[in-house]
Order: sequence, then C-alpha cells, then structure tokens
Amino acid sequence: MKKEIKKDHADLAEAFIRDEERVDWHDGALWFIREKRDRASKQIPEWEALREAASAVKSNVISNLHAYLLQFEENLIKNGVIVHWADNAEEHNEIVYSILKAKGLNQLVKSKSMLTEECQLNEYLHERGIEVINSDLGEYIQQIDNEPPSHIVLPCIHKRKEEIGELFHTHLGTEKGLSDPTLLTRVARKHLRNVFITRRAALTGVNFAVAETGEYVVCTNEGNADMGAHLSDVQIASMGLEKIVPQKKHLGIFLRLLARSATGQPITIYSSHYRKPRPGQEMHLILVNAGRTNQLKRPDFRDSLKCIKCGACMNTCPVYRKSGGLSYHNTISGPIGAILAPNLDMKKHADLPYASTLCGSCSNVCPVKINIHEQLYKWRQVIVKEGYATQTKALGMKAMAWTFSSPATFTTAGKAGRWFLHNIPFVVNNKFNPWYKQRDMPEGPKESFSEWYEREEKKKEQQHT
Amino acid sequence: MNTREKILQEVLDSQPDTTPLPDISLFKGGEDDPVQKYMDVFKTIGGEVFLVEDLAAVKTSVHERFDLSKRVVTTVPELSDPFELLSGTVEPRLYDDVELAVIRAHFSVAENGAVWLTDQLMGHRIIPYICQHLAVLVKAESIVPTLHEAYERIGIGDYGFGGFIGGPSKTADIEQALVLGAHGPLSMTVYILKQPFPLSK
Repeated sequence: MKKEIKKDHADLAEAFIRDEERVDWHDGALWFIREKRDRASKQIPEWEALREAASAVKSNVISNLHAYLLQFEENLIKNGVIVHWADNAEEHNEIVYSILKAKGLNQLVKSKSMLTEECQLNEYLHERGIEVINSDLGEYIQQIDNEPPSHIVLPCIHKRKEEIGELFHTHLGTEKGLSDPTLLTRVARKHLRNVFITRRAALTGVNFAVAETGEYVVCTNEGNADMGAHLSDVQIASMGLEKIVPQKKHLGIFLRLLARSATGQPITIYSSHYRKPRPGQEMHLILVNAGRTNQLKRPDFRDSLKCIKCGACMNTCPVYRKSGGLSYHNTISGPIGAILAPNLDMKKHADLPYASTLCGSCSNVCPVKINIHEQLYKWRQVIVKEGYATQTKALGMKAMAWTFSSPATFTTAGKAGRWFLHNIPFVVNNKFNPWYKQRDMPEGPKESFSEWYEREEKKKEQQHT
Repeated sequence: MNTREKILQEVLDSQPDTTPLPDISLFKGGEDDPVQKYMDVFKTIGGEVFLVEDLAAVKTSVHERFDLSKRVVTTVPELSDPFELLSGTVEPRLYDDVELAVIRAHFSVAENGAVWLTDQLMGHRIIPYICQHLAVLVKAESIVPTLHEAYERIGIGDYGFGGFIGGPSKTADIEQALVLGAHGPLSMTVYILKQPFPLSK
C-alpha cells in the first residue's frame, strides 16, 4: 500500500542524494539515454519539422476534442468494442472491477499504463480480492518491491542490479547474489509467461487512439501488452481523453518521434493496432477524464495535454537526474509531471514546479514542443497567488518584494548582507538557510557598485577641484 | 446527466477555438536504396536479415539456422511441408510451445526496420509474439522508405489487429543493460525475397 506522503521534493531528494555514488550513476544512465535520443534525432533531417507538425496536430486535437471523441466512440462501437466513460479514478476502477466481476475473474495481467497507476487501480482491486500482475519488467520489479515507478519509460531506473537480484531471490527464489541482467530477465520471462498463459483478463494502456478508425495503438519493447491481450478472453484498454489523434496518417508522425525521443530507437519494437476483438473475445475501452477537462480549461497549461509520454524531458532534466523520480511523489515525475500534477491537486503538488532550474532543456527536447519550462514558471505564480507556496518561500518573497520596493531599503539590505557575510558569516552559513545546503555562501564584495561609483565620482571631483 | 454527457459537455465548454491540421504530405523518405537501408537498420536493432532469391532459399536457411526438432508453424502454404500450417481458430494458449514461426508480412519500413503484418497474415494474433523465434518473409519491392509511405499504403485497412514489429523483443529495464528476448521472441529474422512470390492481397 502507498504510504501517506508528507515529505516534499526537496526532502525526498535529500534522501536520494545521500548516496553520492548512486546519484552519479543515475545521472550518467539518464544522460546516456538523452545522448541516444540526440543521435537518433539527428539522423532525421526533417526532425524539427516533425516536432512542429506533431505539436500542430495535437493543438488541433485539443481544440476539437469533443468532435473527435464522438467520432472515436462511434467507430469503436462499429468495431465491436464496448465503450465506457469514467470521470475520475474511482469510476475507472469501478468499471474495471465490474467487468471482471461479471466474468467471475479474480486475476488480471496488466501492461504498462501510467493512467492506472495514477488511478491506483492495483490497490483498489487488491482490496476487492483481485490479484493484478504488472507485466512490464520494470513495473513488475517495482511492484514486487512495493514502490511506484520512478520513470514513465524506465520504471526502475533508480535501482541497481544487485538490489533487483535480491528482490528476485526473495520473490522468485533465484540464487542469492545473482545480478546478471540477462539471467534475471530470463527468470522473469519464464515466470511471467506462465502468468500470461493462465490469465483470462488483460489490461493495457493506450499510446494513440485514432478517431478516424476507432483503433488504438499500444507500444512496447517487451511484447508484454500483446502477450496479455492476445491470450485473454477479456481485453480492457484504459486511456486518458487526450490520447486521440485525428487520422491514421498522423500515426506516422508520432511513431517516428516517440521511440527516438524516448530511448533513441528508430521505432518501438511492437506498435500494435487494436481494432476489433478476435472471435470469441470481449474488448472494452475506458475513456478517462481524471482532471483532463480541468487542464483543458487553463489556457496557460492546456498544452501539457499534448504529452506523448516519451520521458525525454526527464532524461535531460538536471534536477530529475540528480534527485530521482520517486522524489516527485507523483506517478508522472520529472518536468512534465511537475506541470501535470498541480492541475490534479495544487496543494499536494505545490512543491513540484520549484523542482526545476528553468533551464529550458525539457522544452528543447519535447517531441510535441510543450513549453514545459514556461509552464513551470507560470505554475509558481499561480501557486503563490492561490496561497499554496510554503511559508519559507512566501516569507522570502514578501521580504524580497519589500527590499526591492525602495532604493533606500535595497541599499540598507545590501550593506547589511555584506556586513554579515564578512563579519559573522555563521548567521547565513547555517542549516536554517536553505541556500546554504550543499553550497558555500559567496564571500561577498566589500562594497556595492553604487558605493564604488560614488567613491570614484568623489575622487574625480576632488581631482578637478 | 450521466458521466459520458458530463465529460463531453465539459470538453465542449473548455476546448479553445479550432486550429487547423498541418499539411503533412511533404514528409517522405530520401533517395536511399530502401532494401540496403532496411538491411542496415534491421541489423542495428538486433535482427538478422537475409536477401534471398526465392522460397527454396528460405527453406534451406531455416533448416540451417533453427532447431526443427521442436514445433515450427507457418502461414505460407509452400512451407507447410514439413512445417505445421497455422489455423486461426485454435485456442491461443496452445501455441505456447512454438519454437519458430515463419510468416509473411505485407511490407517493411526501411527507416526503422519494422515489418507490417495484420491478423490476416499471422495465422493467429498471438503467433508473432508467443513464438521463441520469429522469421518473416517480405518482398524486396514492397519495402517503403518511411512510416509516412507505410501509412499511405495501409490506408484505412480492413483488419481486426495489425502491428509493426521491429526486431526481437527487448528490455533494458535492469541498469540499462540491453537484453534481447523479454516476453516476445528471442530472435527475429527477416528474409527479403528478390523474386515475387504469392503474398497477401
């Protein structure tokens, strides 16, 4: 069960960075993926035009979502798919439960789906006696360790292979000390194959949903979505409203961008287009709102709905790389998580837009050109205005506003600051000053520019007279 | 108002003024020889690829490269002797012991190494995913440069299920170490046939 989280990003990051060797490794592993993304994108001369087109297609989707949803629904029904609508996590979970219950099933195999993580589906079903197994290897590892994923593409990127070996030893009975990635993967393959063969119900996420044809595309490298879906009697797909693309030909743009941005691969190994149930099979699709219409209402933030969940913004983010995904205490971490989360619960996620240097690297790699760093900056303003900033931040800003309000207070404050830094530095170099953590305060100049200028001018005057 | 109507009303009330769809007709592949490009890319993603004359050459290669004492299935009638010809009506779980599946693809894509195949060519939807090793036959002339030409070719399509498959299944979830053979096939071989042979419609 997930624990009640009270610690903010800074607290959780502090715990993560205590292990310096791990931080360096984590930082390097993610930067390596960012470099692979760069190499892959540079092989496509029209890369920037593709990003532009993808962003424009998604703008069109956002501006015409009502009509596309109706068209998509109509085609799903024509294709023999049973359509459900859920306004929130609770409704979504109830729908999944009722589908399973109607069939008398108490087991479900699930491929990667951030939406169902967001809805805490596994916990909900568990409480009702239904066992869920996550079949993506990284998600499976996170599940047996009772932790949420730390990255949307690489769920256990923060774990060392020795830790995974230890988990497999406990849960799958492997030899103690086994840590070879190939051997561990083979063990999981064998174990999960038995799961696929014996489950009657499978749930997948959705990467893209085509309004024109009513089909949906699921992308995996492992083949786990297909193993679950094609072996199931009941297939369920859960998708957020924003996953729509208007026409089939638009998939060409998004599939060219997705894997190259995510991992530097030319395409995800499996891009599966599900349209009709196979004979004898039941296929359900759940359209989930869970805050999407709220985000759609906010002109400054609605473009975040363009996200195709590639994870490129995480891999490039200096804060994410050094603080780890779990420090964001939200299903979707990193820069994109920090602009999506406050929409869902501004109070709980008020810290996340501050988990950024605003360097803008996220916006530069985003395949659908979301202005992530600008939205982070805008969220900070909304959060302060709505009164959700922490007291230290609110006080600091008030003090700053007062200091800058007149030249006299500014000059006095500057003098005081320099005097403290020179004469009694421990007043600022202590643990009560958040800026002092992991930093030394600067020595501080002896005088300000104004003081120097005044002195020089006086000197000149004296020379002239 | 039920949930569906509530959500749709909220969407209608919140969506901004319509912006136009971009013209994407200019996106297309370059001048590269698609067959050569395909072979180069497919090797880099962990696949094996052979340019062969005809089906007889495929048969010879399959005999050399795979353990045929185990279960081998195919959808290609010309290969049904000695392999088992697939029937789409069988319960999918019974394919768990398939060692090798030899199936046709409609075409493949040079820029990313993927083959496109629909349930009409799979025999059963589960086949290309559940087999331990996958071998796919493609006509040389059918290789398209990019996904844009691919979707042009697929059009609306008439299938219940279709998929791009771009190599053996893989994972790098454990410390970013690449492992081939996650849940799907451990290996994927593509045979590009120079001579035309009876493919799909």
